Amino acid sequence: MADPTKSKIDQHSGTPTMGHEWDGIEELDTPLPRWWLWTFYACILFSLGYVIAYPAWPLVNSYTKGMLGWSSRGDLARDMAAQAAKVAPIHRAIAATPIDQLPANAALMQAAVDGGRAAFKVHCVQCHGSGAAGSKGYPNLNDDDWLWGGDLVTIEKTIIDGVRNPDHAETRMSIMPAFGRDQLLQAAQVDDLVAHVRTISGQQKPDAASRRGGQLFADNCAVCHGPAGKGNRELGAPNLTDGIWLYGGDAESIHQTVWNSRQGVMPRWGDKLDPATVRMLAAYVHSLGGGEAAPVPVPVPVPTVAAAVDNGAAEATSDARQ
Amino acid sequence: MSARAGDFDEHISWGISMEQLVMKAGGWFALALLAAAAAVMAADSGFAVHMTIVAATGLLLAALTLKRADYGAIIRGALKMPDQGRYDDDMIRWGVIATIFWGLAGFLAGLYIALQLAFPALNLGIEYTSFGRLRPLHTSAVIFAFGGNALIATSFYVVQRTCRARLAFPTMARFVFWGYQMFIVLAATGYLMGITEGKEYAEPEWYVDLWLTVVWVCYLLVFGGTILKRSEPHIYVANWFYLSFIITIAMLHIVNNLSMPVSLLGSKSYAAFAGVQDALTQWWYGHNAVGFFLTAGFLAMMYYFVPKQAERPVYSYRLSIIHFWSLIFLYIWAGPHHLHYTALPDWAQTLGMVFSIMLWMPSWGGMINGLMTLNGAWDKIRTDPIIRMMVMALAFYGMSTFEGPMMSIKAVNSLSHYTDWTIGHVHSGALGWNGMITFACLYYMAPRLWGRERLYSLRMVNWHFWLATVGIVLYAAAMWTAGIMQGLMWREYGSDGYLVYAFSEVVKAMFPMYLIRAAGGLLYLAGAIIMAVNIGLTIAGRQREEKPMRDAAFDPAADRPLQPHAA
Repeated sequence: MADPTKSKIDQHSGTPTMGHEWDGIEELDTPLPRWWLWTFYACILFSLGYVIAYPAWPLVNSYTKGMLGWSSRGDLARDMAAQAAKVAPIHRAIAATPIDQLPANAALMQAAVDGGRAAFKVHCVQCHGSGAAGSKGYPNLNDDDWLWGGDLVTIEKTIIDGVRNPDHAETRMSIMPAFGRDQLLQAAQVDDLVAHVRTISGQQKPDAASRRGGQLFADNCAVCHGPAGKGNRELGAPNLTDGIWLYGGDAESIHQTVWNSRQGVMPRWGDKLDPATVRMLAAYVHSLGGGEAAPVPVPVPVPTVAAAVDNGAAEATSDARQ
Repeated sequence: MSARAGDFDEHISWGISMEQLVMKAGGWFALALLAAAAAVMAADSGFAVHMTIVAATGLLLAALTLKRADYGAIIRGALKMPDQGRYDDDMIRWGVIATIFWGLAGFLAGLYIALQLAFPALNLGIEYTSFGRLRPLHTSAVIFAFGGNALIATSFYVVQRTCRARLAFPTMARFVFWGYQMFIVLAATGYLMGITEGKEYAEPEWYVDLWLTVVWVCYLLVFGGTILKRSEPHIYVANWFYLSFIITIAMLHIVNNLSMPVSLLGSKSYAAFAGVQDALTQWWYGHNAVGFFLTAGFLAMMYYFVPKQAERPVYSYRLSIIHFWSLIFLYIWAGPHHLHYTALPDWAQTLGMVFSIMLWMPSWGGMINGLMTLNGAWDKIRTDPIIRMMVMALAFYGMSTFEGPMMSIKAVNSLSHYTDWTIGHVHSGALGWNGMITFACLYYMAPRLWGRERLYSLRMVNWHFWLATVGIVLYAAAMWTAGIMQGLMWREYGSDGYLVYAFSEVVKAMFPMYLIRAAGGLLYLAGAIIMAVNIGLTIAGRQREEKPMRDAAFDPAADRPLQPHAA
């Protein structure tokens, strides 16, 4: 409260002071600015209206729901439902069309590619990269070098069943033995093999080591990678003669691969995504540039695969994520 | 100006008898032994390191107590008493230096983590320098170390002068200062070692929390005791704000940190609350740390230093009453707006929003009272860079206290939440309001505390002002743009009915904004370094030869049309 005995008029503003003074500081008896007061009242009024319209007052076991019946979960559900309704007809059509018949319907194929692009950004970019260019251990999906095949049907199967999922019988499965770690080959032999692989991939000239490696390759590797090292998509065995490497083509990386094996894993999406989304993903990946027209003819099964699988099966579970 | 230079080394040993001296040194030594034992038996290495720090500090204090005692006086029985004829300013001088030191450390940490966001390689691949550990180091250094020291120092300065009384419990006041530094050291080293409760702005673990509680209760006793022994009939408005800050922070700190240690000799504890209750408690704390630490406490600084520097009376006593009570009543409910669109029940989100909206005008009351106090001294904005800093601080205070209620509106929040808009908002408040007002107060206090005629250089203050201002503008503009861009990209649906952007594409789009933000931080840090030099040389008693900051001459008598000659 103002002390009228000590109050004086401030020269500049003409306003009386409160009559108190602290270390030379005085206070003016200026009334509250009207605009400030009315804005404050307006904010309070707005708030009163808001707590009537929206969920606000806590009760014993519940709370007032508000006159508008709004809830944040309801809001989200409505948004998501509206979005789902928008794309539902397309999704139904895609789910009803076998994937090898999608290209026959250009509009539907385009819709699938668009939907796949969006789904790819949510589910796939973490490993394959936002441009699908991959990185070490994660294949580039833009080129035409496929591990398991690049036609629509095969891509879709790879997405549905995944790669090396130990708990899933249908998964894409093959196990390259860890030739060095499991002492299937001597250290010098592994070096020779590396020299051979670098020779057939055109990275070095043939020499004595690579010639020794050639024989080792024929005995140990050709069963999956083929006598010429061209690979085998049935087994996901990469082509070793092109310039494309999943884990690197330098001597050190190849040595690592032969010594320890790699056994990369991709989750299966058949149990996580609806069939239409999986189909759209396949269409999108197929559209990236390397998509192939028709399934590659199924080659004659190679009987010795089972032996190779047995060899590595013990490590398969524990090393599946290496 | 109080040019009482000279005997400033009143220290902890006044008025002490031989028995007290032995008790005191022995007490420190016993503490050191206890801490050493705890270090040996510690359940984890982080706790062992912390107890070693405590033991070393105890030993140091025991040695200092013995070394600095005035044995001559003890033998004569003539105990030296402090000069009751002047204010007890030791801790305030230390506090000014500590504020500058921790400010530089905090700004540097901020710049580094800003660069880490643009160049992740700067994480260096080791846990001690990873963003996750340096980020709380930055936030705690600037809020609690820089801001906290500024609050403690200015509150001791202001409460003595506006109560016309020396501090109550002078020994305890010294303990408050050094105990608070100990809290900072334990908190900061803990973050680097990965010791954290994982609660934003309340990361320190249970034993550091307990220590801070002791320090804070002593702070309350010193501050409240000084108010009780005041010579003035009324309590000045700045002291209401300081008191509300001290009391509320004590309450927030204790409730939010309620937890159960796994071992009394280990650093890990588990919070008393779980799930959404824990989140709500945390943001009740987090929001009111902003409200009562960074708003109420700094408004207290404003209420003393702005009228002193402007040499004008406070604009409106009535406004200060109304906005004080409405501010502290409304602020405490607004925390749930940090949890919009989460598992928090809708009714609590609504209340968080409406209390934030009602908070707009009470917050602005402080800005009006500060700016309008310059009524009659507006010309000083041209000539006095300290006033300029205060005006800029109040302008940013006004901007961020408008932006806050706006962002609490759910429709706005659905765009802004989780984006860098929030970071921009916080920093326009922190760099603009808290930083600028603190710098202004430091510039005001430094020459007076050390009995210097003036600052080393007023022109360097001006440089600091412009570097900081441009830095804030770069920072805030970059983060506003980044945040809105982020929010829009996350939610953008294409005409084909699908989301357009991957998260990684949004991250990539932020890169230029992160560079601009780091540039802003660099300028802000540069300004603070200039301040450190300026105040350092002021303390050293130097004065820079420079032209005064003055406008061109103006003669109001000549600034009028010539009257026509009477016909």
